[in-house]
Amino acid sequence: MRELALIAIPLLAAVGAFVWSKERTRPWLLPVAGTVHTAMAFWLMAKPPTLKADAWFGLDPVARAVLPMVSVLFLVCSVYAVAYLRIRAERKNRVFVTALLVLLGLLSLALQAQSLGLLWVAAEGATLMTVPLLHFNRTARAFEATWKYLLVGGTGIALSLLGSFCLGYSSLHGGGGGDLTFSALTSQGDALSRPWLVAAWVLLLAGYGTKMGLAPMHTWKPDAYGEAPGVVGALLAGGMTTVAFVAILRVKQVVDAAGAGAMTERTLLAFGLFSMLVAALFLLGTPDFKRMLAYSSVEHMGILTVGAALGGMGIWAALFHVWNNSLTKGALFLSAGNIRRAAGGRTVDEVAGMAWLAPRSARILVAGLLAITACPPFGPFFSELRIVRTAFETGSVWTAAAFLGCLLLAFFGLTRLVFAIVDGRPRAAARAQGRLFRETAGVIVPPLIFLGCSLWLGLATPSLLRETWDAAARLLSPRP
Amino acid sequence: MTGGLNLLIALAMGLNLVALASSRLPSVIRAAATQGMVLGLLPLLLEQEFHWMVGLVSVGTVVVKGFVIPHLLRRALRAANIDREMEPLLGFIPSLLLGAGATIGAVALGGALPLRPEHANSLLVPGAFATVVCGFLLLMGRAKAISQVCGYLILENGIFLFGLLLIRTTPLIVEAGILLDLTVAVFVIGIIVDRIQREFDTLDTRKLTSLKE
Repeated sequence: MRELALIAIPLLAAVGAFVWSKERTRPWLLPVAGTVHTAMAFWLMAKPPTLKADAWFGLDPVARAVLPMVSVLFLVCSVYAVAYLRIRAERKNRVFVTALLVLLGLLSLALQAQSLGLLWVAAEGATLMTVPLLHFNRTARAFEATWKYLLVGGTGIALSLLGSFCLGYSSLHGGGGGDLTFSALTSQGDALSRPWLVAAWVLLLAGYGTKMGLAPMHTWKPDAYGEAPGVVGALLAGGMTTVAFVAILRVKQVVDAAGAGAMTERTLLAFGLFSMLVAALFLLGTPDFKRMLAYSSVEHMGILTVGAALGGMGIWAALFHVWNNSLTKGALFLSAGNIRRAAGGRTVDEVAGMAWLAPRSARILVAGLLAITACPPFGPFFSELRIVRTAFETGSVWTAAAFLGCLLLAFFGLTRLVFAIVDGRPRAAARAQGRLFRETAGVIVPPLIFLGCSLWLGLATPSLLRETWDAAARLLSPRP
Repeated sequence: MTGGLNLLIALAMGLNLVALASSRLPSVIRAAATQGMVLGLLPLLLEQEFHWMVGLVSVGTVVVKGFVIPHLLRRALRAANIDREMEPLLGFIPSLLLGAGATIGAVALGGALPLRPEHANSLLVPGAFATVVCGFLLLMGRAKAISQVCGYLILENGIFLFGLLLIRTTPLIVEAGILLDLTVAVFVIGIIVDRIQREFDTLDTRKLTSLKE
């Protein structure tokens, strides 16, 4: 029952934050809860609890392979959030802090959910909890982004519920007792009714794919990431998308066990490559550097999906990439948030010369750019290399070629935009704004830690992590 | 038993078309609310013996979908001082025709999919699919935020209808959780609608166009 603490700690902290009366000290609850949660998550990763076969909830190998990443992401973001909320002292932070903590609890619940129904309830709850986070800035643009997020995200989550019911009916029709845990569904094998199984896969992929931000269901992403505070963007891009990806992996396991593996692989491959292509094309066109991060996120969701489609070692590489992408994106979102505040603008027309106005943040942004575009020795290089190698080993040469082509296009798009805002002469309006912004330790150290994590994952991936990814990949893709 | 059940589902399917055809927002809200109440009665008809959890889900659905949500929507309507969907993105007649086509298609699809013997003669599956598609049409074909929320509600009603196929086997706690989530969702949507109204002085989502490439 130790794994229950991962959900209870943030929820208790959320109650604490809600009743806490001091605006100035309330944000400190975030790093406190984050530290306890991270310590707990790594302890459980090293000494995993035993999982009952029919449990609805528990730290199975898949949750064990990704949950500690969400903890680290939250912890580092929470340190930044303390500094951020001090800068934004004019806004009340009660709802913001509470919603962040509830979000952490629900993400932990969703990753550990072993039942289709519980997974859905947690994912839906987490979606709703991000709403107050997204419109924290209360601008007209923030409301527009929130409305689109609610409408697209709500429809996606509704489709995944319908898909969950279809999978349940598929099991019921095949003689199942209505047990919606993943282990029960997998053990039913090809007894699941095929037409209902296909319907369930399509709906669940569309539903959780929307949450993950796969093209063409990615339309909410640039708006939401563009308008949300950097911390929220980092948590959405690293935490929420991970939940949706894990959901797709778990459903894929059930559908594969029912003998429809060829279908899941083909559809995932198509969605993955299409997302990479769409993201790369938009990266070449967008003038806004916060929306750029959203398209980069769409691209990396495509990479994860291609990895999952390849199966076996591809899933291992995808889990590795979940860590790399989330932590590197953390550095990018937080440094981009600093630059946004220092420059007072968001497009290449308004922002230039940030190497002078916010030198430290600009350096972190450039380093983060190199990391996310898979330059060695950062982590993303190794996970993407592993995906390409798996593609070659399984004989999918065209997949590897398309994959590399999209990466190259995305590299052009990202570097074009990042160097446009870092180099050049600062605009006059930005100079006045830039003097108001100080690069204190509170806003510089957290993105640096993320960069350090990305470098560490690349140079010396801890053997404990490798072992958890091995176990998860073995569970999700039983073939040798 | 199946006769009564099918009658109520057919009523729900008819209400889909009412919602699609009406231009006045209060009638769309009323159609969605009536549909929610009709669906709330179905769990009681499906269960042979009374179980307190089923009763709770039933009462909860009727109260939330029939009274709480419509009340929130009507309040937003009064605040925004609007009554009609003036220029829908998809016209009323085309959307009605599409909705009717979807209903016929859903009946055909329900006949083609394999069903358990106890569901073979019921309209549950066709009703669910028809309601989901009509909800989608309303969600995508209208410009006013309130109509879109009604579309979302009808979409959710369709999913609820489908969930009834599993009511005997899946633990009801899941249904309760779903109902709770839905309540919160609509509550949140209501707040955002309110804020959009104050910020933009309109509930026309076509005005929400500053975010694009």
